[in-house]
Amino acid sequence: MTVMMDTGNRIAAKAAVMAKPEVVAAYPITPQTTLVEAIAEYVARGEYKGEYICVESEHSAMSACIGASAAGSRTFTATSSHGLLLMHEMLHWAALARLPVVMCNINRVVGPGWNIWVDENDSISQRDTGWIQFYCSSNQEIFDTVIQAFKLAEHEKIVLPVMVNLNAFILSHTSMPAEIPDQQVVDDFLGNYVPKWKLDIENPTTFGNIIGPAHYYKVRRAMQDAMLNAKKLIPQITNDWKKASGFFHGDLLEYYKCEGAEHILLSIGAIGAESKTAIDELQKAGHRIGLARVRVIRPFPTEDIIKLGKQADLIVIDRNISIGSEGALFNEVKAALYGESDAKVTGFIAGLGGKDVTYKDIETMCLKALKDKVREQQWYGLEG
Amino acid sequence: MKKYPVETSLSYPKKGAMGKTGSWRVFKPILDKKKCVKCLRCWIFCPEGSIHREKDDSVSIDYDFCKGCGVCANECNVKAIIMEREEAKKK
Repeated sequence: MTVMMDTGNRIAAKAAVMAKPEVVAAYPITPQTTLVEAIAEYVARGEYKGEYICVESEHSAMSACIGASAAGSRTFTATSSHGLLLMHEMLHWAALARLPVVMCNINRVVGPGWNIWVDENDSISQRDTGWIQFYCSSNQEIFDTVIQAFKLAEHEKIVLPVMVNLNAFILSHTSMPAEIPDQQVVDDFLGNYVPKWKLDIENPTTFGNIIGPAHYYKVRRAMQDAMLNAKKLIPQITNDWKKASGFFHGDLLEYYKCEGAEHILLSIGAIGAESKTAIDELQKAGHRIGLARVRVIRPFPTEDIIKLGKQADLIVIDRNISIGSEGALFNEVKAALYGESDAKVTGFIAGLGGKDVTYKDIETMCLKALKDKVREQQWYGLEG
Repeated sequence: MKKYPVETSLSYPKKGAMGKTGSWRVFKPILDKKKCVKCLRCWIFCPEGSIHREKDDSVSIDYDFCKGCGVCANECNVKAIIMEREEAKKK
């Protein structure tokens, strides 16, 4: 074990290289660039021995990963914002073809106006593509989640691509210490990738050929079943990794001081980390409030949200907005609770365009929710 | 050939997975065996594997699956294959 003091991007690169993907295909985009540059450095030093393909666009990066994965390789790529959106068609393809590609996405604002800071509209808008989506809150969690992502994606009951999201700059460009296990620990945890199917001239199959409506319908159902399997396997895999590495950041959610809480805050990503300080302060002031940081939004942790809704009223902070509807988490939390709990759910939109959300802001939002009776979503911090 | 346990969009080799596609045909290739020089260009170029190759390199057309695309007639250098409009099927 060594301690690595570095940025989220470079720690993600370290994890990716230690997972030994046979193929990495990448196209640079701020704020992801330093991640793929770091992998290129591993190539230059001879520490990464796989195939590193420099492609001409993100659409090509995902296409190259799809081809390599279909040929039976462990694959990795990384992107951000507009790059992720250019991949959109191929994100569907990777998931429908049941290819366990692992990708880091650095959550960045979608333009125009041109803005490279954090919000989560890029990946939130890709929820329906069939990718498992994790959201990290620290560099250590980024390392551990990338390793977990390979294990999960390649599991025979899953075989779906996994996206590991980390917030632009707040994580991607901020140095924090992360404990890096020995290579042997990662090797033992992941094992060699044994594809469940692959392009193979000895066993000929066609990938993506025409299939009739009745069969296609079953393909969609099989994807849904795999996603539901992931709800059971994420707790198992995160616990296995805890045994192997000592690190645990929650499974589908991370609970923080929820015992006896009458209000529970739900947040995602770096706001989730900042929320812990807010919860500490609010508890010191005598409020019975806890935190459930959502690590995974696909599959959506419906059952866990219902449990929370039976215990407490919920407060949701979204760093995204589904224009014409609501913040995605607020929307889905309420949908999960329907018919199961009549907990009051208060929603906030905050930090769009990379506007800073400090623990003080989170405290202010929580205090508003504690005394406010309205159910609709409020926009926090529009002024200034 | 191995089939996989999960419902995927993989397609496995099978004769006529989409049914007898010969019914789609508007133009029908007619082979004149006397003109054929056994060059096998039609057999190589047929996109549907509907040209059958015999041991002596003579060829025949499988009308159950030939969609009538005309690639074979186009590729035939000795004009041994011509395309004729299918007649309306009598009921």
